[in-house]
Order: sequence, then C-alpha cells, then structure tokens
Amino acid sequence: MAARNRFPAGLELPPHKALALQHGIQPAPEPARAFVAMDQGSGHAATPAIAVGERVRIGTRIARATHANGTPVSSPVAGTVVSIEEHETASPAGRGLCIVVDNDGSGVVDPACEPLCWESMPPYEVLARIQDAGIAGLGGAAFPAAAKLGAGRAHEVTHLVLNGAECEPWICCDEALMRERAADVLLGARVMLHASGASHCTIAVEDDKPEAIAALRAAATDPRMQITAIGTVYPAGAERQLLHAVTGMEIPHREHPPTVGLLCQNVGTAAAVARLVTTGEPAIRRIVTVTGSGVGRPANLDARIGTPLAELAVACGGYQRDPRRLIAGGTMTGRALETDEVPLTLAVMCVVAATAADLAVRGAEMPCIRCGDCARVCPAGLLPQQLHRALLAGDEPLLERHGLVDCIECGCCDYVCPSRIPLTARFQRARAASSLRHEERLRAAHLRARFERHERRMAEAAEAERRAFEDARRRARSERGG
Amino acid sequence: MNAPGVLQATGVIAAIAAMLGAALGWAAGRLRPNADPLVERIDALLPQTQCGQCRYPGCRPYALAIARGEADIDRCPPGGDATVRALAALLGRDPRPVDAAFGKPKPPQVAFIDEERCIGCALCLPACPVDAIVGAPRYVHTVIESQCTGCELCLPPCPVDCIELRALPVVTAPHAAAAMAPA
Amino acid sequence: MSDLLLLAVGASLVNNFVLSNFLGLCPFVGVSRRFEAAAGMALATMLVLTLASGLSYAAWHWILLPLGLEYLRTLVFILLVAAVVQLTELFVRATSPLLHELLGVFLPLITTNCAVLGVALLNAERQHDLLQSLVFGAAAAAGFGLALLLFAALRERLDGGDVPAAFRGAPIALVSAGLMALAFMGFGGLAAR
Repeated sequence: MAARNRFPAGLELPPHKALALQHGIQPAPEPARAFVAMDQGSGHAATPAIAVGERVRIGTRIARATHANGTPVSSPVAGTVVSIEEHETASPAGRGLCIVVDNDGSGVVDPACEPLCWESMPPYEVLARIQDAGIAGLGGAAFPAAAKLGAGRAHEVTHLVLNGAECEPWICCDEALMRERAADVLLGARVMLHASGASHCTIAVEDDKPEAIAALRAAATDPRMQITAIGTVYPAGAERQLLHAVTGMEIPHREHPPTVGLLCQNVGTAAAVARLVTTGEPAIRRIVTVTGSGVGRPANLDARIGTPLAELAVACGGYQRDPRRLIAGGTMTGRALETDEVPLTLAVMCVVAATAADLAVRGAEMPCIRCGDCARVCPAGLLPQQLHRALLAGDEPLLERHGLVDCIECGCCDYVCPSRIPLTARFQRARAASSLRHEERLRAAHLRARFERHERRMAEAAEAERRAFEDARRRARSERGG
Repeated sequence: MNAPGVLQATGVIAAIAAMLGAALGWAAGRLRPNADPLVERIDALLPQTQCGQCRYPGCRPYALAIARGEADIDRCPPGGDATVRALAALLGRDPRPVDAAFGKPKPPQVAFIDEERCIGCALCLPACPVDAIVGAPRYVHTVIESQCTGCELCLPPCPVDCIELRALPVVTAPHAAAAMAPA
Repeated sequence: MSDLLLLAVGASLVNNFVLSNFLGLCPFVGVSRRFEAAAGMALATMLVLTLASGLSYAAWHWILLPLGLEYLRTLVFILLVAAVVQLTELFVRATSPLLHELLGVFLPLITTNCAVLGVALLNAERQHDLLQSLVFGAAAAAGFGLALLLFAALRERLDGGDVPAAFRGAPIALVSAGLMALAFMGFGGLAAR
C-alpha cells in the first residue's frame, strides 16, 4: 500500500530521522525551574490564576483560558511560584508572559488529577474535561483539542482521521510515539470518537514508517479503527493534504474539515487524551525530538513544558560541532531561535541544532525567471509565481483571487526556487496582513451597525422629546383657553 | 454666395441636431441611475470610527463626498495609508499617504473614564457614536473597552475632563505577530 | 458572405485601427492601466462604433447624398457620434456607477476618438452598403477592444515588474505598444485589402 494514497505535487525530502529514533523515547529530567508560558502556541495567552509565593503540585491549574481558541495551563512541576514575568519564548512574538515555578523535587501530583470513567460520561462532559486539562493539538498549532472535537460534534462528523504522517524532515516524535505507545494512541482515538460522535477512525501514517504501522496494527482491537499507509511526500502531514490523501476529498476554500464530515487530530494529541483518562494528568508534557548534527546524542525526549530548551540539549549530550542555528520545529516550517533559554511549550515538536552541514547555503535573492518550478510543487495547487508578482505590485485583490488565504506556508516553493526568492516568508507576512485587514473590515461593519443604532436611538429620543413638548404646549393652551 | 444652399445646409444640421437632442432627452428620462452602490462600496472600506477628522460628520457623508467627487480619498487618518490604498484601488486612482492636514494616524487607543472624578452628568453618552459609554445621569459612567474606537468625541463634552485615552496593548496572536516580524 | 468576412478580418486584425492605423490612441494609453476599466472602455467603444456606423450610413445615404450636402459629412458625423456617446454615457451611469467612475473623462472623450470618426468617414468613402457598414464598424470595434485588452493586461504585468526608473509608467508602455504594433504586422498576409 504505497503511493496510491497521495495528494498532487509536494516534494520528496531526505528524512534525517534515523539518528533520533535509534534509542527510543527517553525521559527528560524535570527542570529545576519551569518557565510555563501563558501562550502554549495557540496565540491566545491564558491569564495567570495564581499568585507569586503559592505552592503548586504537578497538574495544578495555574492559568485559565480567556479566549475560545485558548487553553488553560497546568503546572508541570511541584514547587513554589517564584514570579510571573515576561520572558523569551519560542512564539513568533519572541516574548510572552510566563509563570516561573521553582521545582522542589517532591514530584507530588495534585489530588484533583484522577482517572476518568470516560465511557460512562456524556460526550459534552468528556469535552469539558479535555478542555480543562489544557489539551491542545500537538502537531504544532496548539489549537484546543476540545474545541476541534466539539466543532466536529456540532457538524455531526462521521470520520475521524489521526495524523501520524509526520512528513517534515528531522521531526520524529510522532513516529517514536506510535512505535512505543501505540496502545495510548488507540485509546485516545476511542475517547475522541466518543467525544466527537464520529463513527470510525483512520490513522494515517507515511509508508516509510513500517515499524510504526506494524505497532499500531498489532494494538488495534477496535473494529472502528483502520491503519492506512499514505505516500511519503512532504507535506503529507498538512491537514488538508492529509485528508485529501486519505479520503480523496478536498476541503473547500475558506472552510474547515467538519463541514465535509471529517475531523483531523494529531496522534500525539490522542495520546495526551489517553493519558488524561488513564491517570488524570493534564497537558504538561510532550515528546519532543532534539536532533541535528549539533547535539551529541539526538533523541526523542519525553519532556515537561516549561523546560528550557538548553536543558533538553544537555540531556542529549550537549552541543557539539559548532551548531550555527537553533530551530524550533522542523527545517521547513520551523523558526530560528535567538537563544536556547526559551521554554518548551506544547507547540514545539522538535529542536534542531543545525550545523553548517545541515543547512543549505542560501545565497542572495535574484529576480524571478518564470521557470514555474514553484507552481509544480505547490501542494495547495496555487501559483506562487503569480502570488509573488501580485505581492510586488501590492495588488491585494489579485492576491485574493490567486488564493493567498489557501497557502499552507509549507515552504515547498521556497525550497525549489532557483532564484532563491524567500517566498514563504513573504507569503506569511502577506497572509498575516490580509487576515488583519479582514478582521478590521469585520470590526468596521460591526461599528457601522452600532453607529446606525445610535443614530436611530438619538432620532427616537429627539422625536419623543418633541412630542412631549407638543403635548405640554397643547395642554397649556387648552388650560388657558378652556 | 448660394443663400438657399446655405439655408438648406443650416436647416438640415439644425433638424438633425434637434432630433438627436429630443432622443437624448427622452433617453435621459428613461435611464435613471439607480441607488448608487458606489457609495456603499466606498463606505465599506472606511474604518467607521465616525470621528469627523475628515471634516465630514461621519464616515458615510465622507463616502458620499468621495462618490460625488467633492472630497479626495486621502483624508482618513484612522484608516491610515491602507485605507487610501484600498480606495485608490477601487476608484482607479494613484495611491498616496494620508494628507497630514487632516491628522496623523494614531496607534490603537481606547477612552478611559476616571471613576473618581466622574460626576455622572451623562453629557458624554450621546457624544459616543457607537454607544460605548455605559451610564445614566448621576451614576458613574464607564467605557466598554471592546466597543471603543478611540475617536475622541467624548472628550470635549466632559465638564470635568475625567476622560483620557490609553494606548491598547500590543497584540500577540500569531498572525498579527507574523505581520509585524521583520522580513 | 466571404467578402463580409474578409472585411471583418481586415478591419479587426490586418488593419487594426489602433496598431496599424494609429487611430484612437488616447483611450488606448489612458484607460489601459487597469483591466476592468479597459474592458469597460472596450465595450463602450464597441457600442458607440456600431451604432455610429449604422447612423452615419443612414445620414449619408438618406439625408446628405439626396440633398447633395456631401460636404457636411464631417459635421453631421461628429454630431451623430456625440449623441451616441452621450447615450452610452447615460447607459453606463445607469448600469454601473463604478465603471462610470473608473472611466472618468475618457467616456465622453470617445466623441473625439478619431477611430470612431475614421470608421464613419471610411464607410462613406468606400461606399459600403448598410450591412457592410455595420460589419466594418463592429469589426473595427472588436479590433480596438482586442488591442486595448491586450495592452491593459500587459501594463498590469509591467506594473509589478522590475522596470528601470527612467522607463516607469508611460515610456515602457509606449515601447510595449510599439512592439505590439510590430507583432500585429504579422497579420499582413492574412487578407488582401
């Protein structure tokens, strides 16, 4: 079962995963001081719900969500809250509010963390527990899992697809998870089926991961589960591309999978849900791949959020061979970090300490020669050459017509461009600016409605006043005359 | 000179002109422009702060003025250069920066009422174009931050100057941050 | 039938009014910055040219020739064209105020478009009958529209391109127009005049 399940275009990239997978999942040491970021990657920071000086245990809620697309945060260690301060983080903003907890080494778990009898709970309650635990998508976007599952329930989805594709080079945390903890993934899938109301589940794995596929198949006892191998191509793990490869369906422009009856979740998220129901532990840890030629022993670490990435590097044998760049994420969609003092969050799947040997020489940007290679590899079916031209011309309607909003920022066009044009970075900025403009327009429409209501209210008030005045005058006149 | 020829020529031209004129007059009566959607399209591009910095009493009057050709497109400071660009793209004109004579674009701000000094006179309530101030006569007033546009129209009516403008915090949503990141 | 086809091909491609006869250059350069405006202008000119061809034929054969007033043809044709353009302007304003705004002053300037007057005068000179006049007018308009749309598409591309500062705007546009004219010379062998 190989390349017949795939979406059009994309790239074949050297995987660079074997080294980190060699020794399986290794536990990372608990951090002496945990810097728990309020924004675990969703972009919507939680608000601290704890004060400096309070004592916390593992799993104690320390921040509550303030936005529908945000999640609450729990403490990954037991100890005392030392401070609540701005700190460098791995998010695009570079900085964020963090709750700093000193680890007292006791390892005491909060008694509120109890296993769940999820099978006997109504689905909405399961969803509430998943949200309360702060479980967010572990595929890099950290979107609240409960919100996604709830949306699936609202749209009455029938098919849950678990994303085990892990197409990006260097990242292999999901593969390690599927190899060693397949049972967790499958349990999580069953809970998600219950919570979302879907009737069956497909776990999609790239066909270059035979061990993972075998492990999942061996552990699958529920007839509703199906393990499917899909063609190994980048970016098979992108949600739309994955659903296209598995079901043959394309998600319509500007719509989400639930509108066509599909739901997609990462296998890591499923395992986190399984951990929640078996032990009551909220989202305080994840498997993160620490790799690159610049670390001594690349490995997949089971690490707590809040651990500085520097400590993760130490756990992997420390830096060696002069790493040039530290990348949070993979080498296609990751972000270069300025410092390794940033803490681990749920959105960081991988840390690559890249040496000169790992990085390609970029070179200076040259003009577009209209070769068309970018359009040949775009997995979203866009025309990067035309988008770039529209960007240079500042032509916003043209950008919209060419589907800028559908760009998944995978980096394929960047990779193949012979003129070394930084297409992905430019599209990222343009998309961000475009969505800001879209929001502004929505707000303007809302304000216009409020203004019109205000005008009507003023007019009615003036009218009522005028009538009252007329009535008073009439009464006064009739009193005088009568 | 051939007088009858000249008269005939003049007569023919006059007759043709008269016929054409009558036909056009009739056509003008039949082809009336319908409710002008151009104003709607212009209004949709304006930020709706209703602040009056463009010297028109609100966004829609300004949109109407632009549609009539009475006002230029670079008068809206809250809309900023982005709005001028959008209007220029719509109307086929050249983009340019906001005319500084009408004000400079300010960073996002909201009004804040110092409740210690507010005397509950309710003069600021009707001034707010989007009813973002909550209160009643002799009750303390407060601004609903999420609905305030920072238009500053509430400042003049306040007799005790208890309203001040505060800058909004920087957004950290990922797409917004990416928009501000260096190239 | 075939000579009507020949007439049409001749008027639209072989002797394209803009690129071979160099008439009607004002809207060609003035309205071609944006494709939507160019498309609107092309349609408006098509309407004007066809109507003007028909009306000028009528005026020529039923008023001017019988009365021996051939020398008045320029004046009368201009009158007719002006009236038709006014009618078109009323129509555009009623159907699409945005297009009216986009075309701006170029819409009434179709009156002074020498291509329109040129078609009317050529019809009279070559003694086309009514059908030939209409076909000639429509084909000339189609050729004008084609040249205009091609040029607008070209200019939109040039806008986003890496043009040297000295050439930006009108200079590169005129160079491109010249190259287009050269290209249209290739139609020369298509139909003998």
